[in-house]
Amino acid sequence: MKVALFIPCFIDAFFPDVGKATLELLERLGCEVIFPLDQTCCGQPMGNSGCESDAAAAENLFVENFSGYEYIVAPGGSCVHHVRDKFTAIPQTADVKAVRANTYELVEFLHDVLQVKDFPWAEFPHKVGLHNSCGTLRGLRTASMSEINEPYFSKPMTLLKQVKDIEFVTPSRPDECCGFGGTFCVGEEPISARMGYDKVRDHRQAGADYIVSADSSCLMHQKGCSDRMQLGLKFIHIAQILNGARS
Amino acid sequence: MKRVDHAKLSKEFIVQEKHVQFHDKRLWDLRTARDVAAFGIPEWEELRSLASAIKEHTLSNLADYLQEFERNAIRNGVVVHWARDADEHNRIVHEILSSRGAKSLVKSKSMLTEECEMRPYLEARGIAVLETDLGEQIQQFDDQLPSHIVLPAVHKLATDVAEVFSRTIGTDPENSDPYYLAEAQRQATRPHFLNADAGMTGCNFAVAKTGGITVCTNEGNADLCANVPPLHIASIGIEKLVPKLEHLAVYIRLLSRSALGSPITQYTSHFRAPRKGGEMHFILVDNGRSERLAMDDFWRSLKCIRCGACMNTCPVYRRSSGLSYGGVYAGPIGAIINPTFDLKKYSSLPFASTLCGSCGNVCPVKINIHEQLYKWRQVIAQNHELSFVKKESMKVAGTVLGNPQSYRAAIAVVNKATSSLPRAFIYNPFNAWGKQREVPDPPKSSFRQWYLKNRKVK
Repeated sequence: MKVALFIPCFIDAFFPDVGKATLELLERLGCEVIFPLDQTCCGQPMGNSGCESDAAAAENLFVENFSGYEYIVAPGGSCVHHVRDKFTAIPQTADVKAVRANTYELVEFLHDVLQVKDFPWAEFPHKVGLHNSCGTLRGLRTASMSEINEPYFSKPMTLLKQVKDIEFVTPSRPDECCGFGGTFCVGEEPISARMGYDKVRDHRQAGADYIVSADSSCLMHQKGCSDRMQLGLKFIHIAQILNGARS
Repeated sequence: MKRVDHAKLSKEFIVQEKHVQFHDKRLWDLRTARDVAAFGIPEWEELRSLASAIKEHTLSNLADYLQEFERNAIRNGVVVHWARDADEHNRIVHEILSSRGAKSLVKSKSMLTEECEMRPYLEARGIAVLETDLGEQIQQFDDQLPSHIVLPAVHKLATDVAEVFSRTIGTDPENSDPYYLAEAQRQATRPHFLNADAGMTGCNFAVAKTGGITVCTNEGNADLCANVPPLHIASIGIEKLVPKLEHLAVYIRLLSRSALGSPITQYTSHFRAPRKGGEMHFILVDNGRSERLAMDDFWRSLKCIRCGACMNTCPVYRRSSGLSYGGVYAGPIGAIINPTFDLKKYSSLPFASTLCGSCGNVCPVKINIHEQLYKWRQVIAQNHELSFVKKESMKVAGTVLGNPQSYRAAIAVVNKATSSLPRAFIYNPFNAWGKQREVPDPPKSSFRQWYLKNRKVK
């Protein structure tokens, strides 16, 4: 299966290990992975700031890079949520629509498309708290939402449960937003930081050593908070655990 | 009109550690109670869909239902008034009162009268107005707007209430026992009910087919306002209509479960006709609602039944308090309603959100709140109500991210800066990220650089 890899801009810049883990994992699972070299960003920062028209160039470039692929996969939930649900700064041609429909967040791709049942190479002997980003949870619906009267399901949990020796802890407010929110994290700094502090404290109190998420932006914010508070929590992207990282 | 700076106002609340902790926990507890009450009903999601559909139908045929309501109310012996805006509403109320020589008015909670700023209008004309809802009265005495639709004084601790009551109704400033304070308020308010010339209520639902209104409270104060004085005036936003009595059942089941996690409010009172020898007046108020109804992206906010569930669940609201929204309506619903009144003044509110989407999920009438927040941001930017810095930085970001070469140059600069600059340089007062958070460690290379080096390019 041919897969085009989309590495969101801030993962490219700050978290190359997440990109590597995603690439290696997809290859382990038998995919032929192509990384289009001129990709940058999906346009989300401009759209979320109200400046949707400023996202046009980024969205056009995204389509240029990813047109023609049946599967476009990214280790970033909020970026995929933007592509799928808010990618409207440019005219909706057939190409644009196809790219939008073919873009998957890594967890849903593994769970729904590849339907991976086990990860024999993966072993993570730590206490882990799962953070579902709002983009994956309420945007992409990769898990049941605490506000809605619906049967429980969790695609990231289903995958993580296949990892050897992993132990899960549950914070008291598992669905609560961590306060990153894109430009919100600087525009509303006092609340953003407070939400982050509350979030990492909640995981710590539940006994977590690691917080795992499918969104590096939430992790970057939470790590920034936890490190300043000197909580000693560690942060890891789900792609890294599923690819066999031991720590 | 002065622009509300949500981030700045939120900071004023967030430095009060005890208040933030209490506020966040109190409202989160309500959200939890809501989940339990809601999920006890297997058809909960179906009810929400039905409630949304009934409201959308009614709003799409509003003129007809309003006229039907008016006809039936008149037939019941009610005097019906129409108010185009807040001024007209206040004038009508004043005229009804002054023409009957009424000097005192007791009222129950109504967001609409707050919206119309009716109290100062009447007080300036010599009419004594008393809020009789406990929370609302605390806010009246403290000269503040309600900070929550259902719990107007929830941002206050019992000690704050003790302070307010000690200087207004003479309680012991050292005694902040809630039972003591509530009883003192009750005793102080009772004579006002007995002596008032007129009473006023809001309206939760107005039924077109019967011409009656329904008022939901937990304190019974609306019933005293409506039934003790000889004159009852009800202010009704025109979006409160439902077609038939049977539709009430849907909303009554949703309202208090969503608000407080209780199956029903303590009092659900139906008013249809004046008492013998008494008078009943309904004032149907537009005040911007027709205009909102014509907005393709925003009309659905008119479905709101004012339960406050979006506030209880909102992680931003719980930590910033309602006062940080600077308007009558706070929280997520306030952030999408207030801009329809004054775009410039409330232009920061749609940005007071992470767009997490929890608000829309708890909304009993399924208002797409976070989608409207996103849309408002676009409208605000288009109307030049964004700060120059933000607008320009997004233009630059859009250009850089739209061009692979400049993008690569930019991340090289960022990574070099974070790896080589001294800590004092990075954590400067202009770096909002770094005030309370660490900056991520810069990697040796970007993913793309690693890829080019380690993988054969196909």
